[in-house]
Amino acid sequence: MSATEGNTNQENKILVNDFDFYYGDFKALIGLNLPIRTNQITALIGPSGCGKSTFLRSLNRMNDTISVARADGEILLDGKNIYAPGVNVVDLRRRVGMVFQKPNPFPQSIYDNVAFGPRVMGLNRERNLDEIVEEALQSVVMWDEVKDDLKKSAMELTPGQQQRLCIARTVAVKPEVILMDEPCSKLDPMATLQVEELMRRLADEYTIVIVTHSMQQAARASDFTGFFWLGELIEFGETFSLFTQPKKELTEAYITGRRG
Amino acid sequence: MSVVTPRQRVLEEHRQPHQIPDEEKHSTNRKERVIEFIIKLCGVSAIFIIALIFLFLLREGLPALTQVAISDFADARWYPIEGKYGFTPLLFGTLLVTAGAVIIAVPLGLVTAIYLGEIAPTWLRDILKPLIEILAGIPSIVLGFLGWLVLAPLIQKAGAPTGLTALTGSLILGYMALPTIISIAEDALYAVPKEYRDGALAIGATRWQTIWRVVMPAAKTGTVTAIMLGIGRAIGETMAVMMVTGNAANINNFQANIFLQPVRTMTATIAAEMGEVAQGSTHYSVLFAIGIVLFLITFAVNSIAARIVGKQSRSRGSSL
Ligand SMILES: Nc1ncnc2c1ncn2[C@@H]1O[C@H](COP(=O)(O)OP(=O)(O)O)[C@@H](O)[C@H]1O
Ligand SMILES: [Mg+2]
Repeated sequence: MSATEGNTNQENKILVNDFDFYYGDFKALIGLNLPIRTNQITALIGPSGCGKSTFLRSLNRMNDTISVARADGEILLDGKNIYAPGVNVVDLRRRVGMVFQKPNPFPQSIYDNVAFGPRVMGLNRERNLDEIVEEALQSVVMWDEVKDDLKKSAMELTPGQQQRLCIARTVAVKPEVILMDEPCSKLDPMATLQVEELMRRLADEYTIVIVTHSMQQAARASDFTGFFWLGELIEFGETFSLFTQPKKELTEAYITGRRG
Repeated sequence: MSVVTPRQRVLEEHRQPHQIPDEEKHSTNRKERVIEFIIKLCGVSAIFIIALIFLFLLREGLPALTQVAISDFADARWYPIEGKYGFTPLLFGTLLVTAGAVIIAVPLGLVTAIYLGEIAPTWLRDILKPLIEILAGIPSIVLGFLGWLVLAPLIQKAGAPTGLTALTGSLILGYMALPTIISIAEDALYAVPKEYRDGALAIGATRWQTIWRVVMPAAKTGTVTAIMLGIGRAIGETMAVMMVTGNAANINNFQANIFLQPVRTMTATIAAEMGEVAQGSTHYSVLFAIGIVLFLITFAVNSIAARIVGKQSRSRGSSL
């Protein structure tokens, strides 16, 4: 299929070209081609086990931590292949941050969680850190909730707050792309809505890729949608047209609930 | 290498018959209660026995306080035959040897644990970890013998007036504490959820930053326990120390390097002299008083560790 359906005159933050991915001898992703548009929200949908997480983790090379993993093809970030030899994955992950399915704040204070990224990047001046922490918490609409409890352990927050804290932790290093792997699957509907609103606001500054198994969420919250099925990208396009006029039968079957 | 695609895997799975898990139908309620009772009983009796031991120590040891003036305990000499019960050399010996052992074993143990848990490939960890745990089982008398036979001559050759020194004791004790520290600290690191590591790596922390700033703090409870057990082992150890430290209960003539002088520990004193004292004599009571002090030191070490660990485990909100 063509990777460039939809609004072709927009900028591509990421371009995926003939990308294959293997866990040992299991080929989990097969010949993927798609663009990720700058400052847009791209949703990845599909049944469980179809490779959405694997693909997302390929975008910042988190899969490198799995010893049997192997990638083929290229993923261009601002035109440069992130799988080229000599690419520094630490730098890559500072540019392409990630929020996980299960909220995973460190068992440390709220402040230390948000300050973690800036600190590992070498920023240690308390005054600057204070500013960054405040700004990051503001951008996830959490500052007023927690500004008096910054020393409190992040483990005491509700799951919804924890997830927003994790987003703040990512935002604090000012990445260019934020990857989110089913960020709302462990949250209640209210917290889910909060995160979705948040994504909208963040999309002004960041390019966002979100994996979701909720088609409603993809329809509500994204600009572009890719539909995965058994390791292949079946269809990719603008969210509205993909949901209203799917080009593939499989897509239609899935979004109308006949498959999946 | 034949490559499998998701399509083929799905087909494969459909070909295999589904397994229906056995259902647990037993009423577990009564069983639970019996088990709970037994566990409680064990817990209560453990506390009861410890209390009994402490009472026994107090009964045998407290008379020493009435028979020997407090100022005499401060004497620099332990020489019971002349009625000199100077306690300082023994305390000094124990603290010196233990401190030396801790200085050697804690950094080495933690670094090894980090290597095994975070850096070594799985196959190497699976070989090394059991090996290290076997080392923990070597009887202390064997290590004492090795220290006496191999280590002491080496230390003498290196320039010490005698090979039987505090340093020799520290090395042997450090070696004895190492497997415990490594094994428990590694377990603690291993138990840190992968999500924490992923979270750190995903915002651009290096592997070392992840270990140092996320994994180690998250494993604090276990690491502190490991260190504490290591210290406990060093303080309480008797036979090996008795064989290699020279047993000189004298702190009047210091060597320039305090680690290179013979010392005598509290445990070694009790072990060496308990067999020869008349029950109920002053000497006998004083030996028990030493036991009380040992008990208190161990208790203090535990309390400090609990204080360090406490903050964290409370916030985990565990309930029994
Ligand atoms: N670490 C791994 N090792 C081996 N296989 C894996 C691993 N992670 C995922 N897989 C397999 O890759 C496929 C895609 O998984 P995943 O990307 O998690 O799917 P999704 O996120 O869409 O549910 C699944 O068949 C899964 O079993
Ligand atoms: Mg997934």
